[in-house]
Amino acid sequence: MSHDHHPRPTTAVEQRVAALEALLTEKGLVDPVVLDQIIDHYEHEVGPMNGAKVVARAWVDPAYRQRLLDDGTAAIGELGFGGPEGDHMVVVENTAEVHNLVVCTLCSCYPWPVLGLPPTWYKSAPYRSRAVREPRALLNELGTPIPDEVEIRVWDSSAEVRYLVLPRRPAGTEALDEDELVGLVTRDSMIGVAVL
Amino acid sequence: MSVLDEAFGDSTLPRANGEVTFDAPWQGRALAMAVSLVDHLDLEWDAFRRHLISAIESEPDRAYWDSFAAALDAFVAQHV
Repeated sequence: MSHDHHPRPTTAVEQRVAALEALLTEKGLVDPVVLDQIIDHYEHEVGPMNGAKVVARAWVDPAYRQRLLDDGTAAIGELGFGGPEGDHMVVVENTAEVHNLVVCTLCSCYPWPVLGLPPTWYKSAPYRSRAVREPRALLNELGTPIPDEVEIRVWDSSAEVRYLVLPRRPAGTEALDEDELVGLVTRDSMIGVAVL
Repeated sequence: MSVLDEAFGDSTLPRANGEVTFDAPWQGRALAMAVSLVDHLDLEWDAFRRHLISAIESEPDRAYWDSFAAALDAFVAQHV
Protein backbone atom coordinates (compact mmCIF):
# COMPACT_ATOMS: atom_id res chain seq x y z
CA MET A 1 0.00 0.00 0.00
CA SER A 2 1.33 3.41 -0.92
CA HIS A 3 0.50 4.99 2.41
CA ASP A 4 2.58 2.66 4.49
CA HIS A 5 5.83 4.63 4.41
CA HIS A 6 5.25 5.80 7.96
CA PRO A 7 3.18 3.12 9.65
CA ARG A 8 1.84 4.15 13.00
CA PRO A 9 2.14 1.74 15.91
CA THR A 10 -0.83 -0.54 16.31
CA THR A 11 -2.95 -0.09 19.39
CA ALA A 12 -3.78 -2.82 21.88
CA VAL A 13 -7.39 -3.06 20.75
CA GLU A 14 -6.31 -3.22 17.12
CA GLN A 15 -3.99 -6.14 17.93
CA ARG A 16 -6.73 -7.88 19.91
CA VAL A 17 -9.21 -7.62 17.05
CA ALA A 18 -6.60 -8.86 14.57
CA ALA A 19 -5.78 -11.81 16.84
CA LEU A 20 -9.46 -12.60 17.17
CA GLU A 21 -9.90 -12.57 13.41
CA ALA A 22 -6.93 -14.94 13.00
CA LEU A 23 -8.34 -17.30 15.61
CA LEU A 24 -11.87 -17.29 14.22
CA THR A 25 -10.57 -17.74 10.68
CA GLU A 26 -8.49 -20.72 11.76
CA LYS A 27 -11.54 -22.27 13.39
CA GLY A 28 -13.50 -21.71 10.19
CA LEU A 29 -16.00 -19.44 11.93
CA VAL A 30 -15.33 -16.37 9.84
CA ASP A 31 -13.99 -15.87 6.35
CA PRO A 32 -11.85 -12.76 5.73
CA VAL A 33 -13.33 -12.40 2.24
CA VAL A 34 -16.83 -12.40 3.68
CA LEU A 35 -15.73 -9.83 6.28
CA ASP A 36 -14.51 -7.59 3.45
CA GLN A 37 -17.90 -7.93 1.77
CA ILE A 38 -19.76 -7.05 4.98
CA ILE A 39 -17.59 -3.96 5.51
CA ASP A 40 -18.08 -2.89 1.92
CA HIS A 41 -21.82 -3.37 2.30
CA TYR A 42 -22.05 -1.10 5.33
CA GLU A 43 -19.67 1.48 3.96
CA HIS A 44 -21.12 1.75 0.50
CA GLU A 45 -24.51 0.12 0.13
CA VAL A 46 -26.56 0.87 3.20
CA GLY A 47 -26.94 4.35 4.51
CA PRO A 48 -29.33 7.22 5.01
CA MET A 49 -30.25 7.10 1.31
CA ASN A 50 -32.36 4.01 2.01
CA GLY A 51 -34.27 5.84 4.73
CA ALA A 52 -34.68 8.86 2.47
CA LYS A 53 -36.36 6.64 -0.13
CA VAL A 54 -38.77 5.35 2.51
CA VAL A 55 -39.62 8.88 3.62
CA ALA A 56 -40.10 10.22 0.08
CA ARG A 57 -42.38 7.30 -0.79
CA ALA A 58 -44.47 8.00 2.31
CA TRP A 59 -44.78 11.66 1.30
CA VAL A 60 -46.13 10.90 -2.17
CA ASP A 61 -48.14 7.76 -1.47
CA PRO A 62 -50.70 8.06 1.37
CA ALA A 63 -51.45 4.32 1.34
CA TYR A 64 -47.72 3.54 1.74
CA ARG A 65 -47.48 6.12 4.53
CA GLN A 66 -50.28 4.35 6.38
CA ARG A 67 -48.65 0.95 5.92
CA LEU A 68 -45.36 2.42 7.13
CA LEU A 69 -46.94 3.75 10.30
CA ASP A 70 -48.90 0.51 10.85
CA ASP A 71 -46.00 -1.91 10.28
CA GLY A 72 -42.66 -0.23 9.70
CA THR A 73 -40.69 -3.44 9.16
CA ALA A 74 -43.02 -4.72 6.45
CA ALA A 75 -43.36 -1.39 4.64
CA ILE A 76 -39.60 -0.82 4.67
CA GLY A 77 -39.18 -4.38 3.45
CA GLU A 78 -41.41 -3.53 0.47
CA LEU A 79 -38.58 -1.30 -0.76
CA GLY A 80 -36.09 -4.11 -0.26
CA PHE A 81 -34.48 -2.94 2.96
CA GLY A 82 -33.98 -5.22 5.96
CA GLY A 83 -31.43 -7.23 7.92
CA PRO A 84 -29.62 -6.94 11.26
CA GLU A 85 -30.90 -4.11 13.45
CA GLY A 86 -33.93 -3.76 11.19
CA ASP A 87 -36.12 -6.58 12.44
CA HIS A 88 -38.57 -4.50 14.43
CA MET A 89 -38.90 -1.09 12.88
CA VAL A 90 -41.35 1.46 14.20
CA VAL A 91 -41.85 4.68 12.25
CA VAL A 92 -42.95 7.75 14.19
CA GLU A 93 -44.39 10.71 12.32
CA ASN A 94 -43.64 14.35 12.97
CA THR A 95 -46.69 16.60 12.84
CA ALA A 96 -47.54 20.21 13.64
CA GLU A 97 -48.12 19.11 17.24
CA VAL A 98 -45.44 16.48 17.81
CA HIS A 99 -41.71 16.27 17.18
CA ASN A 100 -40.01 12.89 17.57
CA LEU A 101 -36.44 12.24 18.66
CA VAL A 102 -34.66 8.88 18.61
CA VAL A 103 -31.95 7.74 21.01
CA CYS A 104 -30.61 4.49 22.41
CA THR A 105 -29.63 5.07 25.99
CA LEU A 106 -28.11 1.63 26.50
CA CYS A 107 -26.00 0.78 23.50
CA SER A 108 -26.55 3.09 20.55
CA CYS A 109 -28.96 0.80 18.71
CA TYR A 110 -29.68 2.24 15.32
CA PRO A 111 -31.74 1.17 12.31
CA TRP A 112 -28.85 0.09 10.06
CA PRO A 113 -30.88 -0.98 7.02
CA VAL A 114 -32.38 2.48 6.58
CA LEU A 115 -29.77 4.80 8.09
CA GLY A 116 -26.50 2.89 7.81
CA LEU A 117 -24.21 2.87 10.81
CA PRO A 118 -24.65 5.44 13.56
CA PRO A 119 -22.65 8.68 13.51
CA THR A 120 -20.12 9.33 16.25
CA TRP A 121 -22.24 11.79 18.21
CA TYR A 122 -25.18 9.36 18.36
CA LYS A 123 -22.97 6.95 20.30
CA SER A 124 -21.68 9.60 22.72
CA ALA A 125 -22.67 9.42 26.38
CA PRO A 126 -23.82 13.09 26.43
CA TYR A 127 -26.25 12.57 23.54
CA ARG A 128 -27.58 9.35 25.04
CA SER A 129 -28.29 10.96 28.40
CA ARG A 130 -29.33 14.47 27.37
CA ALA A 131 -31.75 13.34 24.65
CA VAL A 132 -33.83 11.81 27.42
CA ARG A 133 -33.20 14.32 30.19
CA GLU A 134 -33.47 17.61 28.32
CA PRO A 135 -34.37 17.01 24.67
CA ARG A 136 -35.63 20.56 24.06
CA ALA A 137 -32.40 22.15 25.28
CA LEU A 138 -30.31 19.65 23.32
CA LEU A 139 -32.23 20.24 20.11
CA ASN A 140 -31.94 23.97 20.61
CA GLU A 141 -28.16 23.70 20.89
CA LEU A 142 -28.08 21.58 17.75
CA GLY A 143 -29.77 24.38 15.83
CA THR A 144 -33.20 22.76 15.87
CA PRO A 145 -35.33 24.87 18.20
CA ILE A 146 -38.74 23.26 18.73
CA PRO A 147 -41.55 25.70 19.58
CA ASP A 148 -42.86 25.36 23.14
CA GLU A 149 -46.33 24.38 21.95
CA VAL A 150 -44.90 21.37 20.09
CA GLU A 151 -44.61 18.24 22.18
CA ILE A 152 -41.27 16.40 21.99
CA ARG A 153 -41.49 12.62 22.18
CA VAL A 154 -38.27 10.76 22.84
CA TRP A 155 -38.06 7.17 21.63
CA ASP A 156 -35.50 5.06 23.42
CA SER A 157 -34.45 2.07 21.31
CA SER A 158 -33.60 0.06 24.40
CA ALA A 159 -36.33 -2.49 23.72
CA GLU A 160 -36.33 -4.77 20.69
CA VAL A 161 -37.44 -1.89 18.54
CA ARG A 162 -35.58 0.47 16.19
CA TYR A 163 -37.22 3.79 15.46
CA LEU A 164 -37.23 5.94 12.35
CA VAL A 165 -38.65 9.44 12.31
CA LEU A 166 -40.89 10.36 9.38
CA PRO A 167 -40.09 14.07 9.02
CA ARG A 168 -42.65 16.60 7.80
CA ARG A 169 -42.53 17.32 4.10
CA PRO A 170 -41.11 20.83 3.61
CA ALA A 171 -43.53 23.48 2.38
CA GLY A 172 -43.21 24.47 -1.25
CA THR A 173 -42.20 21.00 -2.47
CA GLU A 174 -45.57 20.11 -4.03
CA ALA A 175 -44.12 20.19 -7.54
CA LEU A 176 -41.25 17.81 -6.77
CA ASP A 177 -41.46 14.15 -7.72
CA GLU A 178 -40.43 11.23 -5.52
CA ASP A 179 -36.82 11.08 -6.73
CA GLU A 180 -36.34 14.79 -6.17
CA LEU A 181 -37.84 14.54 -2.70
CA VAL A 182 -35.35 11.80 -1.76
CA GLY A 183 -32.58 14.36 -2.12
CA LEU A 184 -34.16 16.60 0.51
CA VAL A 185 -34.26 14.04 3.29
CA THR A 186 -31.27 14.11 5.64
CA ARG A 187 -30.08 11.45 8.03
CA ASP A 188 -30.49 13.81 10.96
CA SER A 189 -34.12 14.52 10.13
CA MET A 190 -34.80 10.79 10.37
CA ILE A 191 -33.21 10.68 13.83
CA GLY A 192 -35.12 13.79 14.83
CA VAL A 193 -32.18 16.08 15.56
CA ALA A 194 -33.04 18.22 12.53
CA VAL A 195 -36.16 19.35 10.72
CA LEU A 196 -36.43 19.88 6.98
CA MET B 1 -15.21 24.25 26.61
CA SER B 2 -18.70 24.86 25.30
CA VAL B 3 -21.54 22.52 26.08
CA LEU B 4 -21.48 21.39 22.48
CA ASP B 5 -17.79 20.54 22.59
CA GLU B 6 -18.36 18.71 25.80
CA ALA B 7 -21.26 16.80 24.28
CA PHE B 8 -19.76 15.93 20.96
CA GLY B 9 -16.04 16.56 21.15
CA ASP B 10 -14.59 17.20 17.75
CA SER B 11 -16.88 14.70 16.08
CA THR B 12 -19.16 15.79 13.31
CA LEU B 13 -22.14 17.71 14.51
CA PRO B 14 -25.44 16.15 13.53
CA ARG B 15 -26.29 18.53 10.76
CA ALA B 16 -25.71 16.81 7.46
CA ASN B 17 -25.62 13.51 5.69
CA GLY B 18 -22.41 11.72 5.03
CA GLU B 19 -19.71 10.76 7.46
CA VAL B 20 -16.83 8.32 7.47
CA THR B 21 -18.30 5.12 8.83
CA PHE B 22 -15.22 3.86 10.63
CA ASP B 23 -12.39 5.83 12.21
CA ALA B 24 -9.96 2.94 11.70
CA PRO B 25 -10.06 -0.32 9.71
CA TRP B 26 -10.13 -2.55 12.81
CA GLN B 27 -13.53 -1.11 13.72
CA GLY B 28 -14.93 -2.40 10.45
CA ARG B 29 -13.30 -5.79 11.02
CA ALA B 30 -14.82 -5.99 14.52
CA LEU B 31 -18.28 -5.10 13.23
CA ALA B 32 -18.04 -7.54 10.34
CA MET B 33 -16.90 -10.32 12.68
CA ALA B 34 -19.86 -9.71 14.98
CA VAL B 35 -22.34 -9.72 12.09
CA SER B 36 -20.73 -12.76 10.52
CA LEU B 37 -20.55 -14.77 13.77
CA VAL B 38 -24.16 -14.04 14.71
CA ASP B 39 -25.16 -15.29 11.28
CA HIS B 40 -22.84 -18.31 11.34
CA LEU B 41 -24.02 -19.38 14.80
CA ASP B 42 -27.65 -18.86 13.77
CA LEU B 43 -28.26 -16.41 16.62
CA GLU B 44 -30.28 -13.22 16.83
CA TRP B 45 -28.41 -9.91 16.78
CA ASP B 46 -29.69 -9.39 20.30
CA ALA B 47 -27.29 -12.09 21.49
CA PHE B 48 -24.44 -9.75 20.60
CA ARG B 49 -26.26 -6.63 21.65
CA ARG B 50 -26.54 -7.87 25.23
CA HIS B 51 -22.75 -7.98 25.45
CA LEU B 52 -22.51 -4.53 23.90
CA ILE B 53 -24.87 -3.11 26.50
CA SER B 54 -22.82 -4.69 29.30
CA ALA B 55 -19.55 -3.44 27.83
CA ILE B 56 -20.82 0.15 27.55
CA GLU B 57 -22.42 0.00 30.96
CA SER B 58 -19.25 -1.26 32.65
CA GLU B 59 -17.11 1.59 31.25
CA PRO B 60 -19.41 4.42 30.13
CA ASP B 61 -16.54 6.75 29.26
CA ARG B 62 -14.72 4.28 27.02
CA ALA B 63 -14.82 4.97 23.27
CA TYR B 64 -17.72 3.24 21.51
CA TRP B 65 -15.62 0.98 19.29
CA ASP B 66 -13.39 -0.04 22.20
CA SER B 67 -16.52 -1.17 24.01
CA PHE B 68 -17.62 -2.90 20.83
CA ALA B 69 -14.34 -4.83 20.73
CA ALA B 70 -14.71 -5.77 24.40
CA ALA B 71 -18.24 -6.99 23.66
CA LEU B 72 -16.92 -9.07 20.78
CA ASP B 73 -14.39 -10.69 23.11
CA ALA B 74 -17.11 -11.55 25.59
CA PHE B 75 -19.43 -12.78 22.83
CA VAL B 76 -16.73 -15.07 21.46
CA ALA B 77 -15.93 -16.35 24.95
CA GLN B 78 -19.57 -17.27 25.44
CA HIS B 79 -20.42 -18.77 22.08
CA VAL B 80 -17.22 -20.09 20.52
